[in-house]
Amino acid sequence: MNFKKILPQLLTLVVVILVLGFFSYNAQVNMENRGITFGYGFLTQESSFDVQFSLIEYDGSHSYFRAYLVGLLNTILVSVIGIVFATIIGVVVGIARLSSNYLIERTAAIYVEFFRNIPLLLQIFFWYFAALRALPLPEKAEPMFGVFFLTIKGFFVPAFVWNNLDIFIYSVIAAIISIVFVKLYAKKKQENQGIQTPVLSISIGLLIILPLLSFFLGGVDASVEIPVIEQLSKTSFTFKGGLKLPPELISLALALSLYTATFIAECVRAGVQGVSKGQKEAAASIGLTPNQVLKLVVMPQALRIIIPPTTNQYLNLTKNSSLAAAIAYPDLVLVFAGTALMQTGRAIEIVSITMLTYLTLSITISIFMNWYNKKIAIKEK
Amino acid sequence: MNKLNFLSPDKNNLYAYLYSGIGLFSLSILIVFLNSFFSLDLTSFLPGTISYFLPLIIGFIGLHLIRIEYSGIKFLDIINKNINTNKFNSLLSLLIIFAVIKSLPPLLSWFIIDANFAGDSKDACSGSGACWAYIKTWFNRFMYGMYPNAEQWRINLSFIALAFLGGVGFFATEKFKKYLTLYYVVVYPIIAFLFIFFFISGGPIFFDFSYGIIAAVISIIIGFFIPSKFKMYYFLIIPITIYILLKYVFFYEELIELGKIQAFEWVETGAWGGLSLTFIVSFFCLIFCFPIGLFLSLGRRSDLPIIKYISIGFIEFWRGVPLITVLFMSSVMFPMFLPEDMFIDKLVRVIIAISLFEAAYVAEVIRGGLQALPRGQYDAAKSLGMGYWKMHIFVILPQALKLVIPGIANTFLALVKDTPLIFVVGLLEIVGMLNLAKTNPEWLGFAMEGYVFASIVFFIICYAMSKYSYNLEQKYKTER
Repeated sequence: MNFKKILPQLLTLVVVILVLGFFSYNAQVNMENRGITFGYGFLTQESSFDVQFSLIEYDGSHSYFRAYLVGLLNTILVSVIGIVFATIIGVVVGIARLSSNYLIERTAAIYVEFFRNIPLLLQIFFWYFAALRALPLPEKAEPMFGVFFLTIKGFFVPAFVWNNLDIFIYSVIAAIISIVFVKLYAKKKQENQGIQTPVLSISIGLLIILPLLSFFLGGVDASVEIPVIEQLSKTSFTFKGGLKLPPELISLALALSLYTATFIAECVRAGVQGVSKGQKEAAASIGLTPNQVLKLVVMPQALRIIIPPTTNQYLNLTKNSSLAAAIAYPDLVLVFAGTALMQTGRAIEIVSITMLTYLTLSITISIFMNWYNKKIAIKEK
Repeated sequence: MNKLNFLSPDKNNLYAYLYSGIGLFSLSILIVFLNSFFSLDLTSFLPGTISYFLPLIIGFIGLHLIRIEYSGIKFLDIINKNINTNKFNSLLSLLIIFAVIKSLPPLLSWFIIDANFAGDSKDACSGSGACWAYIKTWFNRFMYGMYPNAEQWRINLSFIALAFLGGVGFFATEKFKKYLTLYYVVVYPIIAFLFIFFFISGGPIFFDFSYGIIAAVISIIIGFFIPSKFKMYYFLIIPITIYILLKYVFFYEELIELGKIQAFEWVETGAWGGLSLTFIVSFFCLIFCFPIGLFLSLGRRSDLPIIKYISIGFIEFWRGVPLITVLFMSSVMFPMFLPEDMFIDKLVRVIIAISLFEAAYVAEVIRGGLQALPRGQYDAAKSLGMGYWKMHIFVILPQALKLVIPGIANTFLALVKDTPLIFVVGLLEIVGMLNLAKTNPEWLGFAMEGYVFASIVFFIICYAMSKYSYNLEQKYKTER
């Protein structure tokens, strides 16, 4: 250790400590002046505000912690919907970008260039304030396929009414676990005897058969509840029954998936283009069929390039879902960092919890990604 | 004469296939065209479903008939190769062509034919199309926010001057080229800041910061004549000394009072807005986030553990949280961290927040470039006796930055697209102004026009940026 190495480190450390100390000292003084004590005790207090859309039971008599959970679940809901649709659109568009058909390639390219060069917030506003406002009122809504109602008040879809839902869920979990075992067994068989097992068809079969069995043996019962129009007052109509997706959720999910899909499309394109032509030719020359070439040679290599940036996009989507606050979709930021903060005035605690939540989420995923990257990295000598 | 086999067209009887195929294809397009532009239904005599799918079927057969490989006709081969390689592709091509023809008339009528261009009130807009009169009336607000109309020339003048000063680099002769980096990194931002402060904001001529800026400029100029051995310590000590000298020795209170003359009317930052605010925020964030990101990436790659872990922590923190919570923090939490009497303008707070946020992303991009360089470059530079800074400035960074131009451009694009988020702290740039205008009781119901307008504006800005970055990438591309 020499002087030249210690001095800059010491300086940095002193500066960082000084800045942090300055901030925390001021925070202490400010809070003392305003008579606030620092603490997370307020989380158990009664929140006394209502949230429009919630996955779990919630009203004003529940605690602030419950409000936090409501917000978190809503964030997760819109993120999952967005991720599913963004992946579907992104993969389709990414493959279309590689098409030899000029028209398809151009259409996909125009879509990508257009949607990713417009701010996400603007797109959310567009769908919420302009596009969805042009939808009909509930009483004038035409049913799609007889059961879906797309109205200005939201999207009304039929809901399932379950009996013994837990048994059904157990059966799905059992199916997934047995698929994992089948896969392990197939791999072992392939390695020992060189015989391939049709894993995909077995898995699909398992996924269908086990839940079906639960219907017959487990006493699971599902009926469909179709939304029916109902008159609230002379001019106001709504739908009763079924599931209501509020317009905030629809516009947010739409904007998030259309925007993120452009980035995923580029990842997919780069991934498939990244597999060198020689690999395909080599695979074909040892007698693999085109399907096998795709499945065994191209996809494993393409996925290695595609998955890390795509996960990054999923993470971005989740973080971008916080823009929900702009259109009053009750996500974590709006419910907790918005309403709860206004009511309690505990800026430091609430903002820190919100940031910590997002931070935990992204650090978990990035640790997982690092592990995954190490696992799939080509082992070079 | 060979037999005609319509199921598998071949080169024999080429023209028979060609004429019938092109005929059917044109017929299908004609049907759709007449239907969508003149609402004429040529196939109304057929039952509903068949009439609906007829153009598709006819066009599909037509394309099938002209799908002849190596026909020897250049145009036909180009068509076949590009839109008609197999049945599936021809179907998709037809669908896209029909969709374009179908969607043109409603779009045209909304944008141009049925749209209202003249007038200055809501009553002027009676047609079913867009109401561009709305954009025209509010144009000033969308560009300048709540900035007083009479003072708007100050924004225009500053932007023109800054654009001109920014373009100086293109006209610099070989002799001055080596000072360009210094100019863009140090001098230009300072000039820009002075312009914004004196001109757009209308601040006093001398203010606390002037001393700092003067001190920095003087010390950099002196720095050129100092042997490089002492440079690091010099830059730590001299600027602070000059600052103290300027503030407490050379300038007396009277001088400061003299400097507080305001040349222009003060316009507080809350009144700024519109597209000009988008530009101001993006401009300063771009300028600040790059050097911060550069130092963070070097810190993350450093062998000094404390610096390394502080950098990692800083980068991962900012990358892990959404920008909107950062802005929340800057508006509600940050004032708690400052002394009671200290107040930082919210525009400044926002610029600092966005700069730090984007700097973390820039740092990761640059780190990618640094990691991509082969070790040999570092070893070669060290073997020439270069120190850490010399090695990075002359050998490593020029190569690494060249590699990451696309990544940095993407980050900058993300930054420009993130600026609308400043609505969180109550600053209204163009999207915020749109939302304000939308709720004006005299102009209700024109949300669509506003968003379309803003989308076009942002698309032009971002698309131009991405094309420019692509050009830069091509220009600096070197074979490795």
